[in-house]
Amino acid sequence: MIDILRSEWTKIRSVRSTMWTLVSALVLMVVLGAVICLAVANNPAGNVPVQGDEGLGLSMMALPFASLAMATLGVLVISSEYRTGMIRTSLQAVPQRLTLLFGKVIVFTVVTLVFSLVTVFAAFFVGQAMLATVGLDTSIGGPEVLRALFGNALMLTASGLFGLALGSLIRHTPGAMVAAISLILVLPSLTSVLPGEWGRVVARYFTTNAGLQVTKTVVGEGALGPWPGFGVYLVWIAVVLVAGAFLLRRRDA
Amino acid sequence: MTSIKAMNLSKAYGQTMAVSGLSFTVEPGQVTGFLGPNGAGKSTTMRMILGLDHPTGGSVVVDGVPYQQLRHPLRKVGALLDAKAVHGGRSARNHLLAIAQSNGLPASRADEVLELVGLREVAKRRIGGFSLGMSQRLGIAAALLGDPEILLFDEPVNGLDPDGILWIRTFMRKLAAEGKTVFVSSHLMSEMAQTADHLIVIGKGRLIADTSVSEFIGRSSQGFVRVRSPRLAEIAALLPGAELHHDHLRVNGMRPLEIGTLTTRAGLELEELTFVQPTLEAAYMELTKDSLEFSS
Repeated sequence: MIDILRSEWTKIRSVRSTMWTLVSALVLMVVLGAVICLAVANNPAGNVPVQGDEGLGLSMMALPFASLAMATLGVLVISSEYRTGMIRTSLQAVPQRLTLLFGKVIVFTVVTLVFSLVTVFAAFFVGQAMLATVGLDTSIGGPEVLRALFGNALMLTASGLFGLALGSLIRHTPGAMVAAISLILVLPSLTSVLPGEWGRVVARYFTTNAGLQVTKTVVGEGALGPWPGFGVYLVWIAVVLVAGAFLLRRRDA
Repeated sequence: MTSIKAMNLSKAYGQTMAVSGLSFTVEPGQVTGFLGPNGAGKSTTMRMILGLDHPTGGSVVVDGVPYQQLRHPLRKVGALLDAKAVHGGRSARNHLLAIAQSNGLPASRADEVLELVGLREVAKRRIGGFSLGMSQRLGIAAALLGDPEILLFDEPVNGLDPDGILWIRTFMRKLAAEGKTVFVSSHLMSEMAQTADHLIVIGKGRLIADTSVSEFIGRSSQGFVRVRSPRLAEIAALLPGAELHHDHLRVNGMRPLEIGTLTTRAGLELEELTFVQPTLEAAYMELTKDSLEFSS
């Protein structure tokens, strides 16, 4: 297994798309968060006073877009192998297909988790520094703040994994990207228009609607708790990944 | 002894049988040519040997075990299927490094094989910019990483310039001379005539022949006798099986001695009397034609 991890690490660090997607995620989080915090700090009168964890939320405003950058990397880690035919070389070297996929998942998770933590904390400190000029900042020592920050990093990582899972299921880059954008960004907000109690349940448990609870310090009314919510998001990812793994084993490469 | 053994190997894509009931053994120490027209099932068979495609029937083993059960397969089997099937964004060295690491091979092996195929100068360049010839060399470098005893090449000379073809041909001969099992597919007869010792010929997914190159030529047809003479028309009248061409006669079914005796008795002088061995090309055309008629 250690051989496969080494090999996958070489693969992920030796293509440009890794650097580009990670840099996009970092720039989106830090710069967009800073711009929003700066705008609020310069015009506090025009806004409802910042309360509770809103300072935190303002600095994490770019999370959905950064999540898509991570998902793009996740998709590419596997779909680029199918696009180029490299997958056949990879499977010749490691014919135990599930072990190969497992190796990819581990290396990808470690890389993106470390990167997400750096990104989220950078975005937080830069954003709060802007808000601090007018005393609207959230303290890192505040209730649930640290947990919410880790939650943001976990959401970035998990969204990347969602991309990897969709990539292994769909194999084509554009198709997997459309699926990732739909499931991470578009469909979750559309579920709010579903009618009735049934509609509310679907909305509550739908991918990032559930997952995003872990990024907040206060649980919304009728929403899942932070960890149960994140757990539900992981279940979505796991289901897609298991389906992808099943097909990887069965299909001709 | 390390070999490839296919037993009743079959692969169906829906209703189409790409490979059906194929059984053969590839022996070490020689170049075995895997021959057949395009679409005969050569690549499918090679992918099944490597565990990439799942057979719908039968099985194939490498050194007695299915490929999927090999722990560090590159140390046993090296293969070049499609030279362009690489991530163009990676450097040649990183590409080889990733493959080497997956099989527990030291990073120094990547440098060694780059040297071996003559790509050391471009080790740091992105593969995307490589010519077909360079990609082919890179593919061979990857196949040699684990110093395997078995090597598979799928149409390795396709699209190469004469230099590249000669280089690959020499390389395969050298590997076989070292005692390795070399299995190389081609749809080009002439190519196989110059590289292979043994032939496995398939058509429409079925085995047509599994013999040595010389046997293959010998058993397909009898050859013919070429006769040149200033009195060609008169000689033609003497020989019932003769075809008159513009400057020579082509005689089937007679030995040179019989023809010479006849012409001497008739007092007709000869310029040339040659027995012409059938070419591998001709033998192949004859055999595959038969098989196609037989199976349709």
